[in-house]
This record gives sequence, C-alpha cells and structure tokens, in this order.
Amino acid sequence: MNSILRTIAFAGFTIVSAVAAPKAYDFKDPKGVNAIQFTLDSLLEPIVGTAGAVEGEVMFDATDVAATKGKIEVDAASLKVPNTKMTEHLVGADWIDAATHQDISFEFAKLDSVKAIGDGKWSAVASGKFTLKGVSKDVVVPVTLSHLEGAFGKRINKPELGGDLLVVRGEFTIQRGDFGIQPGKNEDKVAPAIQLTFALVGGAPKA
Amino acid sequence: MPLLAQTPAESPLPPAKTIAAWRILLRGAGVFLMLFVFCVWAAKGYHQGWTQNQVPVKQIDPITEIEFVTYEQRFVPGLDYLVGGLIAGTVLFAATFLGRRGPKRPPL
Repeated sequence: MNSILRTIAFAGFTIVSAVAAPKAYDFKDPKGVNAIQFTLDSLLEPIVGTAGAVEGEVMFDATDVAATKGKIEVDAASLKVPNTKMTEHLVGADWIDAATHQDISFEFAKLDSVKAIGDGKWSAVASGKFTLKGVSKDVVVPVTLSHLEGAFGKRINKPELGGDLLVVRGEFTIQRGDFGIQPGKNEDKVAPAIQLTFALVGGAPKA
Repeated sequence: MPLLAQTPAESPLPPAKTIAAWRILLRGAGVFLMLFVFCVWAAKGYHQGWTQNQVPVKQIDPITEIEFVTYEQRFVPGLDYLVGGLIAGTVLFAATFLGRRGPKRPPL
C-alpha cells in the first residue's frame, strides 16, 4: 500500500514539476518580426530606426512570472534608418562602432512588481544589465508579458506542432553619452537621449 | 549714310551693355536646377524630414499583434535635398555675376 502511495506521489510530483517547470522561449523569430525600435530627436525630425537581428532566450513559467529571466541580444550591424548614408554613419566607428562591438544586449535575472493585467498578461519591471558599445549599465525596464498558449504552431501554419508564444513589450530611455556614443557632442543636432521600444515574440515548441 | 559709316571706336557713346552667352546659359541652368529640385521634392510628397531611400512600412503580425517595420526601396526627397538643390542653383546663378565689368569709360 505504501509503495503504491509512494508511486502515486512520485508520479504526481513529476507531472507537476513537468508542467510548472519554466520553458525556454527562443527569441530568434522564424518570421523575422522581432526588432528593437530606436528614436532620437534631431534637427529636422526624430530619427527613427530599427535593429532587426534579435536573438536570445527567456525562461518563463506562467505560474511563477517573477522568476522570469533571460538575455536578449541584437546584432549592432543590423541597425537601420530610412537613409542609407545615415545608417552608415550610425554603425560607423564614431557612433555605434558595430565592427568592434557587435552585440547590444539586455540581461535580467528576475522580474519585480509583477501584476496580472488580464488573462495571460502581466506587467512587471525588469532590472538588468544593458550593454551597448562595450559599456554595461544597470537599467530598469517596465515590461508587459503576454503568454499565448498553443499559438506557436498556429503562427507558423503548423497548428499540429502546438507550443506557446511569449510576447514581451517595453520601452526605456538611455543617454548615448553614458555608452560612449559621441558624449557631449552634436547635441544641438542629435539629442543625447535615445528611446528604445521593443515588442518581441519568443517561441517554445511543444516538448 | 553717316550712321553706317560710323564704327563703334569712333562713337562718342560707350558700347551697348551685352551679356556673355555662358552667363546666360549658367543662369538658366541655375534657375532650371532650382525649379527641378523643387518640383521633384513637391511631386514626391513634400516630405519635410530627412531624405529617405528606404522607406519604413508598418505591418502587424496577426497572431501576436506586434507592429513591425519592413523597408521599401524608394526615394523620398526631404528638406535636406530641397535646401541642397536650392543652394546649388543659387550658387550657379550667382556665379554669373562674378568677374563682370562695367562699360569702359573713355579716358578723361
């Protein structure tokens, strides 16, 4: 009798562990939707561009959202603005220096102030390290998370695959001078503050 | 026929004011450049920002509702294009006034 109870308890624990274990969401989107948008004010109009080569992994568990952690990386060379000459300047040695500092990244170990704001939706604050042009700084990023159960396969037209999606949205501002990007220079032409906006989707295929 | 017989050298009046052909051509080119640049800028939508040669187009992913941007290869002249063209035209036009000399006055 005892052994039966032990077996049942072990099976139950295994099932609960398997269900509750955080899943790894891969942020290299097969549909190429992921991008970080950056905006900085300039003489004529705000310069708005995107960085499209996003990769990374986030560990997420819908039953313990606060334990979410991960790292998102962006290839600095993928920065793009609507003018190719301006893009060349932007990724050049005087600005981002994409040839030397290839990765722009954000790494966080947990989420704070987690609040449920809807079915499968949470708002939270991610505190972590943001690295740009080889300089790492602590930043606080308000984010919203949406967990789309079973949407992974549906999104790539293979509903039989199942799997979940995690959408992370957020916005934060950095000072370019803090990251060695033309500190104190040309501030009358290009604003010192850079606003970063992101809406990223990560997929976790059914195991 | 006293008038026909009289050569300019013999005339007591200064020679008539004329403009060299190259000055007229350059002036025309300057005006044409300014008009051309303005018309291209206006025809392409009076864009009052920076010139674009890859235009962002917003799209929405239906499942995640993420708004993302794709770039369309197309030229949209901005204010920098307009101002550059107008300055170049003005410089061409103004160059025709350089090195001009007034009519020679007869020595006293």
